[in-house]
Amino acid sequence: MSDKVIMLGNEAFARGAYEAGCKVSAAYPGTPSTEISENIVKYDEIYSEWSPNEKVAMEVAIGASISGVRALASMKHVGLNVAADPLFTVAYIGVTGGLVAIVADDPGLYSSQNEQDTRAIARAAKVPVIEPSDSSEAKEFVKFAFDLSEKYDTPVIVRSTTRLSHSQGMVELNERIEKDDKPYVRDIAKNVMMPGNAKGRHLVVESREAALAKDGSSFPINKVEYKDTKIGFITSGIPYHYVKEAFPEASVLKLGIINPLPKALIEEFASKVETLYVIEELDPIIEEQVKSWGIPAIGKEILTVQGEYSANFLKKAIAGENLKLAPAAQVPNRPPILCPGCPHRSVYSVLNKLKIHGAGDIGCYTLGAVAPLSVVDTTVCMGASISSLHGMEKAKGKDYIKNWVAVIGDSTFMHTGVNSLINMVYNKGTGTVMILDNSTTGMTGHQDHAATGKTLKGEPTYAVDLTALCKAVGVNHVYEINAFDTEKLEKTIKEATAMDEVAVIITKSPCVLLDKTPVNKQYRIEAEACKKCGMCMKPGCPAITKKENGTIVINDTMCNGCGLCETSCKFGAIKPVQLR
Amino acid sequence: METKNIMIVGVGGQGTLLTSRILGALTIQAGFDVKLSEVHGMAQRGGSVVTYVRYGDKVYEPIIEEGQADVLIAFERLEALRYTHFLKKGGAIIVNDQRIDPMPVVIGAAKYPENILEDLEKEHRIYKVDAMEEAKKLGNSKVFNVIVLGVAAQHMDFSKDDWLRVIENTVPAKTVEMNKKAFEVGYNLH
Repeated sequence: MSDKVIMLGNEAFARGAYEAGCKVSAAYPGTPSTEISENIVKYDEIYSEWSPNEKVAMEVAIGASISGVRALASMKHVGLNVAADPLFTVAYIGVTGGLVAIVADDPGLYSSQNEQDTRAIARAAKVPVIEPSDSSEAKEFVKFAFDLSEKYDTPVIVRSTTRLSHSQGMVELNERIEKDDKPYVRDIAKNVMMPGNAKGRHLVVESREAALAKDGSSFPINKVEYKDTKIGFITSGIPYHYVKEAFPEASVLKLGIINPLPKALIEEFASKVETLYVIEELDPIIEEQVKSWGIPAIGKEILTVQGEYSANFLKKAIAGENLKLAPAAQVPNRPPILCPGCPHRSVYSVLNKLKIHGAGDIGCYTLGAVAPLSVVDTTVCMGASISSLHGMEKAKGKDYIKNWVAVIGDSTFMHTGVNSLINMVYNKGTGTVMILDNSTTGMTGHQDHAATGKTLKGEPTYAVDLTALCKAVGVNHVYEINAFDTEKLEKTIKEATAMDEVAVIITKSPCVLLDKTPVNKQYRIEAEACKKCGMCMKPGCPAITKKENGTIVINDTMCNGCGLCETSCKFGAIKPVQLR
Repeated sequence: METKNIMIVGVGGQGTLLTSRILGALTIQAGFDVKLSEVHGMAQRGGSVVTYVRYGDKVYEPIIEEGQADVLIAFERLEALRYTHFLKKGGAIIVNDQRIDPMPVVIGAAKYPENILEDLEKEHRIYKVDAMEEAKKLGNSKVFNVIVLGVAAQHMDFSKDDWLRVIENTVPAKTVEMNKKAFEVGYNLH
């Protein structure tokens, strides 16, 4: 029996942390990084948690490192923005036990609000970055990162991308190597970053960067493959495979460490090839540095800073190949939608009816921006719904936001929304905030958080009482309403938005995908009673469709009996059917 | 062996991930190098989803590109049409004969194309199955995706025993018998 298994990139990252002797892991879910924690939790040797946000997660990991154990924080690219504050300073402090952050970028924007490049942040923070290219390397590079972190007294970022995190490949398993805890030594010059101490530490950071840039050339995570030297490619991560697929005969320098760049290694490779290309998705981080050293190279002049690359893309851009591909069929798009039975649809159908604008946030409910619900007007980042609504009010006065509400999910509210609510109350705002409480972190695939009453390990724990929390920060009007009680919702939204005080409406109904029990009730449209008015289709339930002849039907493989359509029918044509 | 490319396409929530897990396990059991690429996150909420499965002696890129797929397994008609240009010349399409209207069609902003399968049949080898109907006959609509896999199995390089063994090892213990039955239904259809 071989100990080779197939693993998702994120599963391999988790395995790497396990084998490296990591003892503490903290994260906030975010596609494409979520499954790292979901796999780490399977190892009892590692304490793992969902933190309310990435800043907290990073600080938990920092504390664990200071106490002398190996610690991990994982997050998506925009999560690193939230965690940037501790990151930039722990770069000065360094580590006691190894400290690694796995950060997953999203070229191609599969599930994100922007396409930022983690390497740019890491450069600004002066933190080393290493980048694996498949599941096998994902595991090995995490182990290397922990060693590197301890050897050079620095936090280390392991950069992933969606394609790496969500691809499966072969991995050879090894045993976990337990690491003795490092003894704690009180060292305020290193661990207390006040100006006088930070000045000294900044010097340490600069010399560390210089040492890494020098030593990096001999790191085993880099790979040089000399073949035909007419063309040479410098690349790293997933694009390496596109290069190998498109130009199997070319010479390749595959960088494992990408910050700081191993200058000597790059110079040597560049001197041996005639034409040098730099292949990296997103920003020209490697390319601009290489060119700044006076090395001629081709990169973003012919490539793009957007989206994912592929072998065909490189063949066309670099070799000018005409691939003579069949054209794609012209077909209707299939954008993501709220699921049948989703409680957000019910809330949005009421907001739509009342012609209320939503300052939106990050989660499944962002999907309320598009037709037919068309409620969400803005989405910036986690927590921005409440604070941006407050900004509108302060700019234009309280009457201006009488037809606005902030909409935010329970998990996002715990992430950073609560700060914005505190601000709204403190600065005498009058906005209405709707917390769409579906008892989970939905979009990322159902993770618990501080208000669900369960830990990452699935153990019962204290659940933050959202109503009590809102009252405690000074909100006098907090309503709790079943998300499917459209009548009461309508009345309460009218009341709350008319008030000259902050109001919070918590709509409660669990995510429809959380309930795994078989559907026992569905709805059918009685053809004789149906006037074909189309009112039931207004909320955009995917289970309700209109046939060519105008008949409206409910798809019995999709309906899960939420009953929203029944309340929308004035003619009583939609009736429940008991299934078992 | 030259790398084989299998694409699984469908609508988010249809269970394409289970299908790719079975396929992945199958290729490993046969001793191949394999890479799978999946879609998680937002697109899984009713969007168009695609999974790539590549296996052979050595696999580099984890994605399949236009004109490269040996087999296209589509869980929905419109999705079959959307990705047909990924098919290699002479490649096979296995399609679940189901229609799920995308939101632009639901709200009347676009039309669901007519005669998709008839048109595809003119130029491609296509094997269709109304897997939802077949699954209902078995009394469990959830196993429709394994029925589709059963059809696909007839057009791939693995023996029936290989498939059954992998299903046994991949699906939850309680559902093994039902899934094996579902596989047989698909396998014996064409």
